[in-house]
Amino acid sequence: MISTTNKNKQAEPNNKKLQKPNVFEAKGFNLWYGEDQALKNIDFDIAENNVTAIIGPSGCGKSTFLKSLNRMVELVPTVKMAGEIQYRGKNILSSKFGVEELRTKVGMVFQKPNPFPKSIYENVAYGPRIHGIRDKVTLDQIVETSLKGAAIWDEVKDRLHENAYGLSGGQQQRLCIARCLAIEPDVILMDEPTSALDPISTLKVEELVQQLKQNFSIVIVTHNMQQAARISDKTAFFLSGELVEYNDTDVIFSNPRDNRTEDYITGRFG
Amino acid sequence: MGFINHEKVAGKMASRTAKNSFVKGLFLAATLFGLVVLAILIYRIITQGIGYLDGDFFTNFASRRPENAGIKAAIFGSIWLMAVAAPVSIILGVGCAIYLELYAKKNKFTRLIQMNIANLAGVPSIVFGLLGLTVFVRMLEMGRSVLAGGLTMSLLIVPIIVVASQEALRAVSKDIQEASYGLGATKWQTIRRVVLPAAVPGIITGVILALSRAVGETAPLIVIGALSFVAFVPENIWSGFTVMPIQIFNWTSRPQTDFHDVAAAGIVVLLIMLLLMNSIAVLIRNKFSKRY
Repeated sequence: MISTTNKNKQAEPNNKKLQKPNVFEAKGFNLWYGEDQALKNIDFDIAENNVTAIIGPSGCGKSTFLKSLNRMVELVPTVKMAGEIQYRGKNILSSKFGVEELRTKVGMVFQKPNPFPKSIYENVAYGPRIHGIRDKVTLDQIVETSLKGAAIWDEVKDRLHENAYGLSGGQQQRLCIARCLAIEPDVILMDEPTSALDPISTLKVEELVQQLKQNFSIVIVTHNMQQAARISDKTAFFLSGELVEYNDTDVIFSNPRDNRTEDYITGRFG
Repeated sequence: MGFINHEKVAGKMASRTAKNSFVKGLFLAATLFGLVVLAILIYRIITQGIGYLDGDFFTNFASRRPENAGIKAAIFGSIWLMAVAAPVSIILGVGCAIYLELYAKKNKFTRLIQMNIANLAGVPSIVFGLLGLTVFVRMLEMGRSVLAGGLTMSLLIVPIIVVASQEALRAVSKDIQEASYGLGATKWQTIRRVVLPAAVPGIITGVILALSRAVGETAPLIVIGALSFVAFVPENIWSGFTVMPIQIFNWTSRPQTDFHDVAAAGIVVLLIMLLLMNSIAVLIRNKFSKRY
């Protein structure tokens, strides 16, 4: 799948697929940590019900961009942003846009599995609870549906009220995905979700991503280029805070148009 | 390479292992020293005070005759004082810690406040006594009341509670806080449902340690004018009062040696009260650690 020899750059991107509406549109987006500019003039459209992968070497800004999409990046006190990111046509950087509302629509799965030190049930019920659902029957349904959606129900259904820390790393990460599904988001952001997992758990999460894209738009940051090639529909390559190339995944990995992309995916640096 | 001469290494091995066991013995001795001194102290006060530790000791008030002297007024005084000091200092201390740790921007000004709180925790207690005398007893005209005493004690222990609570809050994993924000929780929801449950064991430990210190403090209460010969139980927050350490201090400074044995009995009661408070702290902490 990864071509190392093809030098004939084909200019035409693959446009055969049906055009899907965009969930995110970044326009001239810039971000600074204090004085350091981490993202430079990013223009980036993310389509609905796609898996969009972001690849690039460490420190290229890919995680920063992902965290800008649900404004988690603002937890860093020195952060400054300029430009525009539209979510379904509304600028999320405007002060009028409520950050809690945004994060309810745009869920996130983190690099390290981070379940709460509570029971499996309470972990999944946390999101619905903070959004005001108290009814026990409804909560039970949400928990079951979400755990099934994250392909972990069969493993945990008999011990829902045990502490989530008793699960293995891979199970914890799928629990975190279930917790994210429980708030019924529109988009799921995944920040290197398998980097702390063993190969078998990684495979399960990857299969899960394939299922989830039927109902959710997924943006996934990954270090692992094979992973991006396996699971994504579109791939973006970031380097030093710039979006170097963005195209259909098979085009990026077979006919990259930019030399830097080709160098990266063929392992010449990074 | 030949940098390691194995014969030399073997020759020095004996002295190295000797040093190794020597320091182990040294540290063990350091530990035992404290334990032995504590054992002697407890043995002394128990043998001295056991004769006076009977039912009457808990139901009698102060008296000129050692056989009639009791600690009732002091026990109730201490309890009343805690009843005022504990809620005030917990609300102020934990609230301040939450603000500084989770809300305040980290800049020069907050660092200055931070440093001053840490310093306040080390200020001699008599200074707080003078502060209490000036502000509560005189300026706010509370007199030598339980209220004035309790508020003075709060001043003394709030910095300790702030520092301990801040450490407990800081130790809460940032990952689970991010998880909560990522699900659309507000700051308060995150604090209430994620941060506080994880920090409560540490906060409670700090609070109980601070209260234990307050129970044993004498100097600030003497400064604000707590009584030392009291034949009544405080009726409300405006009553005069005495507390256990003051009562014990009063007994030890009497010329009759019999009163020194009464003081020993008082110390036993004080130690038991402190032990009880610490056990409660451990119980609460274990309960919370299990739940979360």
